[in-house]
Amino acid sequence: MELFMTLLKAFLVGGVLCAIGQIFIDYTKLTPARILTGYVVAGVVLGGIGLYPKLIEFAGAGASVPLLGFGSLLAKGVKKAIQADGLLGVLTGGLTSAAAGITAALFFSLIVALIFKPKDKG
Amino acid sequence: MKMTPEEYGRMAKKASPGSPFPKNCLLAFLIGGLICTLGQVCIELYQYAGLEQEVASTAASVTLVFLAVLLSGFGVYDNIAKYAGAGTLVPITGFANAVASPALEFKSEGLVLGLGAKMFIIAGPVIVYGTAASVVYGLIIYLFRLY
Repeated sequence: MELFMTLLKAFLVGGVLCAIGQIFIDYTKLTPARILTGYVVAGVVLGGIGLYPKLIEFAGAGASVPLLGFGSLLAKGVKKAIQADGLLGVLTGGLTSAAAGITAALFFSLIVALIFKPKDKG
Repeated sequence: MKMTPEEYGRMAKKASPGSPFPKNCLLAFLIGGLICTLGQVCIELYQYAGLEQEVASTAASVTLVFLAVLLSGFGVYDNIAKYAGAGTLVPITGFANAVASPALEFKSEGLVLGLGAKMFIIAGPVIVYGTAASVVYGLIIYLFRLY
């Protein structure tokens, strides 16, 4: 039952965050690239002011999987790095915390792009 | 043709153009929600396997990225995205797809300036503005000693 609630919260919160993105697509002239960028930057802000970590605590992957979570991770990493290394942490923290996601996307994409053939755009 | 007002209302609603809002939003909600649920399932499994919560969360993201890149390779992700809109864009899988798709598409223009460079066509701005925002945030909390 507890597991079901955890999954349900992830579904609902993740779904709402995506639906908000759809509103931006349908009712503004924002391109997908701008929405992605906007979500990450908004995530840094929401993470920085401490709001987003609370949502992650509540919804788990429902909040951490959308790109807002990626932004929030950047903010968290910077804070952690400053605590450890002082001023240098300002530069090292962000990408350090996001490294797994970024490197995975780059490396897997390289492999897949080398193996697969592009599909014709129908 | 005889029909009740309710039936007529339903027909009129079906036939009326525009207002894709509820359907698009519902699809984005459902598919985006499902992707996040899958992420949560991964987190639960990794935690069950003994990983700490934070590590499990990162591993779950990496798993989703892997799946999204693979599905992009098969051309499946783009097909789902046609219906899901922001539902496949906003999760981290959308970021992965935004890397994989141009990498595959521009392979024909060469491995360096095609595949390697075009990979960043959307991921680039996301990383640039994301890290820039994190640096600004870092400077603020460093200067005001908020850490």
